[in-house]
Amino acid sequence: MSPNMVAVSYIAATILFILSLGGLSHPESSRRGNLYGMIGMTIAVLATVAGRVAPAGIPWVGGALVVGGAIGIFLARTVKMTQMPELVAFMHSLVGLVAMLVGYASYIDPTASAGMSPAEVKIHHIEIYIGVLIGAVTLSGSVIAFGKLSARISGKPVLLPGRHWLNLAGLVAVVWFGYQFLRAASVEQGMMPLIVMSVIALLFGIHMVMAIGGADMPVVVSMLNSYSGWAAAATGFMLSNDLLIVTGALVGSSGAILSYIMCRAMNRNFISVIAGGFGGESAAPAAKGDGQPAGEVVSVTAQETADMLKEAKSVVIVPGYGMAVAQAQHTVFEITKRLRELGKTVRFAIHPVAGRMPGHMNVLLAEAKVPYDIVMEMDEINEDFPDTDVAMVIGANDIVNPSAQEDPSSPIAGMPVLEVWKAHNSVVMKRSMASGYAGVDNPLFYKENNRMLFGDAKKMLDEVLAALKG
Amino acid sequence: MAQVIGVPKETFPGEKRVATVPEVVPKLAKLGFQVIVQSGAGEAASISDDAYTAAGARVVPDAAAVWSGADIIFKVRAPGPDEVRMIREGQVLVSFIWPAQNPQLLQSLAARKATVLAMDSVPRISRAQKLDALSSMANIGGYRAVIEAAHEFGRFFTGQITAAGKVPPAKVFVIGAGVAGLAAIGAAAGLGAIVRANDTRPEVADQIRSLGGEYVPVDYVEEGTGVGGYAKVMSEGFQKAQREVFARQAKEVDIIITTALIPGKPAPKLITAEMIRSMKPGSVIVDMAAEQGGNTELTEPGKVVVKHGVTIIGYTDLPSRLATQASTLYATNLFRLSEDLTKAKDGVFNVNMEDEVIRGTTVIKDGAVTWPPPAPKLSAAPPAKAPAAAVVPAEKKGHGHGAGEPMSAKKLVMMFIAGAILFALVGAYAPPAFLGHFTVFVLACFVGYMVVWNVTPALHTPLMSVTNAISSIIIIGALVQIAPPGEGARPEIIRWLAVAGIALTAINMFGGFAVTQRMLSMFRK
Repeated sequence: MSPNMVAVSYIAATILFILSLGGLSHPESSRRGNLYGMIGMTIAVLATVAGRVAPAGIPWVGGALVVGGAIGIFLARTVKMTQMPELVAFMHSLVGLVAMLVGYASYIDPTASAGMSPAEVKIHHIEIYIGVLIGAVTLSGSVIAFGKLSARISGKPVLLPGRHWLNLAGLVAVVWFGYQFLRAASVEQGMMPLIVMSVIALLFGIHMVMAIGGADMPVVVSMLNSYSGWAAAATGFMLSNDLLIVTGALVGSSGAILSYIMCRAMNRNFISVIAGGFGGESAAPAAKGDGQPAGEVVSVTAQETADMLKEAKSVVIVPGYGMAVAQAQHTVFEITKRLRELGKTVRFAIHPVAGRMPGHMNVLLAEAKVPYDIVMEMDEINEDFPDTDVAMVIGANDIVNPSAQEDPSSPIAGMPVLEVWKAHNSVVMKRSMASGYAGVDNPLFYKENNRMLFGDAKKMLDEVLAALKG
Repeated sequence: MAQVIGVPKETFPGEKRVATVPEVVPKLAKLGFQVIVQSGAGEAASISDDAYTAAGARVVPDAAAVWSGADIIFKVRAPGPDEVRMIREGQVLVSFIWPAQNPQLLQSLAARKATVLAMDSVPRISRAQKLDALSSMANIGGYRAVIEAAHEFGRFFTGQITAAGKVPPAKVFVIGAGVAGLAAIGAAAGLGAIVRANDTRPEVADQIRSLGGEYVPVDYVEEGTGVGGYAKVMSEGFQKAQREVFARQAKEVDIIITTALIPGKPAPKLITAEMIRSMKPGSVIVDMAAEQGGNTELTEPGKVVVKHGVTIIGYTDLPSRLATQASTLYATNLFRLSEDLTKAKDGVFNVNMEDEVIRGTTVIKDGAVTWPPPAPKLSAAPPAKAPAAAVVPAEKKGHGHGAGEPMSAKKLVMMFIAGAILFALVGAYAPPAFLGHFTVFVLACFVGYMVVWNVTPALHTPLMSVTNAISSIIIIGALVQIAPPGEGARPEIIRWLAVAGIALTAINMFGGFAVTQRMLSMFRK
């Protein structure tokens, strides 16, 4: 295939990728969007193979594609929807790793910079350096995120003393080795700074994600998503390939926007999330200052909860990470179905940061066959709580905490929350009275119109379902 | 040793309530108590002796057997002189007492060296709501007041258009929106009447509206909330403004229900004879404060009288007129109190004076008068207002459907300056080949920004997995390195790096698209 044909194929692939993202604006068009993405990818790969790979290389390409593709499809088929965040984190790490591999290969390859002017070689080397740097941070950060999401590593933030200084020192070292790298006369000389930088970048990625707690994971996952895009874009610069640049930029900005949305949903600054911990070291203990909220916690049984639901006309269910942990989404759907048969209005209220990645709850509910038109975003449903008879909170805490609105001294003050306490009654399902991720006591539990249903969400919901059917 | 709870038949003339019901007996038994009930105690509330027996209580023939056989006496009304004589030393009595109005009764009970818990003295804090018998009785009274009014009133409550002509809805004016007033508002609105209500505490306006009533304010600024959420005596100027409002309402409405009470004081006279004269003939007034002297000048406690063509109902036993319901709620209140008194569930009352609720409720402890208790600390609404207003309302606009509000001008200018410097640097130093790619990069960022803001938040997870899949376009980087056409020998390591890269991205590519497809196919209506 001539270089021109390859170029126009790339343009076609670019357009298809943009259409693919555009399709996600609505569930109806999203399936077609995904198809566009696949077609675009196929065109891009075929054009590259046809135009840039000598026949001798084709068996290698075919073999690698078959092996990788089989693993990928196997993972996609078997992954549970509750494990989606882990899978996504795992895949980000692959993009980071490949960016590193390509960077190294491009540096070793003598033909890559053949025929370039000295200035162009410098630029090329800077691009390699940056590409490997972003790739390494993405790789190690994603691996740690994967570990945290799959509970192989504790979700608690690990805060090293003087961690900001550590990061700064790492940055200085990276810049200094970059200088050494550019000065290197030969590939052999340049290798050492490149490897040292890779190690620093890997450590930096580990350190960064270790410092971030479980409930901030939506931000981290979308941030790593963004990094994997920037890594691809940097590789594109390195190889002077516009398709890579465009696609990387699309993915990078997508991840950046998601991070921004997640941060806004927690009313937190992006920097403070990345800096780790929750609102700095001193805020969490200060929250206990006012003592316990006034009022008394009233607990109910599953039977009483079912009775409340039977008497209600409109019900709003607020799922949180607890529902995902307990794998309770199918029971939730059964309850929804039963209540709808009884002529009740049932809707779901999703907080943007509920769960461990953006849109996590939506996917879980979709898996359980909950129709997406009764699944509402926070802004769509918050006004309806005063007309709601029962708001049922399943395994969520901070996202329904009234002190975000009522107590300006609270660490989560100003965070947008679901106003379940405005419903006539609310039921909170929780394992215990432990406070949520933010370490803030939740006055909702002490409200007069709130009831607590303690126990494992799945077990309790099964009992509620049985009581509803009985 | 398990204590015995005794429930005698009420002796007050016309009192139909009973202090426990069969539903509650097993719950008391669970706390470790035995229950004995006087034969016929529940008769007036339509509860037979057999029902008590079936629930596990022992039925005894007369009051003397109850008083002598029980360690704890549950009653509704305060004990009469005959009953006081039957109290033994160390016995516990739980009933309404009204210690402020009945100082002699308090003294005579103290002389019997008993412990007395007054259900009218339960502190008004949220923890004690479940045992607040005043509220549960007031709730019933408010409902019953509307029913009594409907009984005396000669028309429908609801407006109707019938074949015979149009019927206008009744207009009801409720004075005082405490528990009783709110219950009356709800009941009257439920019957279809137009309901208006007034209260000296402005913060109840929302509660009135939530029950379907219309809040009629008095245009005079004075905070009317006293300790514990009760009303207090208002100033002269306020009262004058209030009377004007009431006089105007009296001319318009068909039914007035008054519930105004101030703790420990005679009921305020809110409706003058003059106002009653101005009402339409056939109108009805229900004076729920009749027992404390009445809210109108013409009320006769315990009776229904017709003055100037207006029926004035002054019943003092409204809750008792709904005896079964009232008994059930009262019995539940007593059970909740028993729970607090027997934390150990061993069937023995522990009158723990450290507990704020029990301290407030106990008026005599082992013969020593402990009434009045120290003032309760908490009041309901007003203090909460100030901090609530201080919180900046969360930004609500544009979530997930566009970039939200425009940035402030200052921020925007800063960003433009930063951008200009960056571009100037790139322009000054970068070679032309780089600039071409840079142009593409910047434009692609903008396209991505525009496209991604349109993604519905529900699809954020598929968005991540599909972007993840297309970021495996990085495979091209590996492909171009594996075996570029027309070139000679290359380091072996490059090929291996490239093969590894292709395999890894293939995982990502196939896996990403497949899992996205799987997720998206689950989204259905």
